[in-house]
Amino acid sequence: MISDFRYLKPGSMKEALQMLKEHEDECKVICGGQSLLVIMRQGLVSPEYVISIKQLKDANYLKYDAKEGLKIGATCTHRTVEHSTMIRDKYPALREMEEKLASIQVRNWGTVAGNLAHGDPAGDPAPVLIAMNASVKLGSVSGERVVPLEEFYPDLFETVMNHDELIVEIKVPPRPAKTATKYQKFNLLDSDMGLIGVAVTVTVDGDKCKDARVVLGSAAPTVIRARAAEKVLIGAKPSDSVFEKAGEAAAAECSPVSDIHASEEYRRHLVKILTKRMAKAACEQAKISG
Amino acid sequence: MEKKTLTLNVNNQDYELYINPKTLLVEAIRDHIGLTGTKRGCDTVSCGACTVVVDGLAVKACSVLAMQCEGMKILTSEGLEVNGNLAPIQKAFLDEGAFQCGFCTSGMLMSASAFIKETKGKVTEMQIRESIEGNICRCTGYNSIVRAIDAVLKGKYAEGKK
Repeated sequence: MISDFRYLKPGSMKEALQMLKEHEDECKVICGGQSLLVIMRQGLVSPEYVISIKQLKDANYLKYDAKEGLKIGATCTHRTVEHSTMIRDKYPALREMEEKLASIQVRNWGTVAGNLAHGDPAGDPAPVLIAMNASVKLGSVSGERVVPLEEFYPDLFETVMNHDELIVEIKVPPRPAKTATKYQKFNLLDSDMGLIGVAVTVTVDGDKCKDARVVLGSAAPTVIRARAAEKVLIGAKPSDSVFEKAGEAAAAECSPVSDIHASEEYRRHLVKILTKRMAKAACEQAKISG
Repeated sequence: MEKKTLTLNVNNQDYELYINPKTLLVEAIRDHIGLTGTKRGCDTVSCGACTVVVDGLAVKACSVLAMQCEGMKILTSEGLEVNGNLAPIQKAFLDEGAFQCGFCTSGMLMSASAFIKETKGKVTEMQIRESIEGNICRCTGYNSIVRAIDAVLKGKYAEGKK
């Protein structure tokens, strides 16, 4: 049962932030609520106030410019990202990720910012966005600050957001030249959460791998970067044995749990295989990209 | 608990409700308005039995606050037929026998009709299957449902035919 709450419907983001400041310790912000309503029903969260931002059309945007990159507004849904031709052209890995995120109904109502704020290490957007070096703009009545997404999650289901802050925008820098991102999750049903998700961004320079970001989802209490795997890739000449070593490094440095869905050993194996495959796929894509 | 008044537009009719703000869309539709075509299944955003179409988008009514749907157009399975005539997708479900126990049917119809509406041009069978990815048929009667959607997309029920 969802416990009773007072429903607040601000008319602007400014008003939403004022309400958030006023009720910071006893309220939750809802947009799509595709994660929030589930945990409220389970009784894990029982706020006294729920602030809806769904109706804030001004925050429902998806913008791109070559200098600043991509900006995703607070109330922009997964489906908007999925259907955007700009995303398809500029950030194809985001679209591929969205197509496999939960189900159409969830993507129609749920938002990317809401998914990030929920802080589930098994969520799909965070690994891909961290691999793309994205950051989140946090708003509050006292101003705004920008936090790199990879520093956003201190622990399981926790974020560095203060109680009077919310994500007002997601910022993704423009894709550097000769760079590509690839993401894959392993699950038994397409619409399920991934047992493991791996996103890899690679920048190539001639026949060398110049830069790499390897990001693991569901492999630790938070989404993490696999730094050892990145070290293997950076400066190396891409080959199957390099990808294999990167996979082994990632499998060694993560800390997945054993649960009803998969054992720790199995999850490590998945990290190894997916890191190897995504590194290879990203390298191949980076070579042919502009 | 503080109740709120809310006007919901369901199947082109306005309903004025006086509800607890925690009321879910599926509860507003079934328990307050009394349209029981929409089914309540898993209650955890998994099964899709409660799918309705809000402003043209299929959503799971078990995980949407009714309060957030003010001013939007909600379509349920009861709203598919027009003047006593079944919608093409409903006729196709009958012709293909796309039911077993029938519990998933309303949700399937709503996902299918949203997909048909937003589809332009040819689609593959896989795309049809993906269009009902959020709906589970526990009797596993997917093939007949896919055939029914395919038949509508191929124009079998277009006006002037049958």
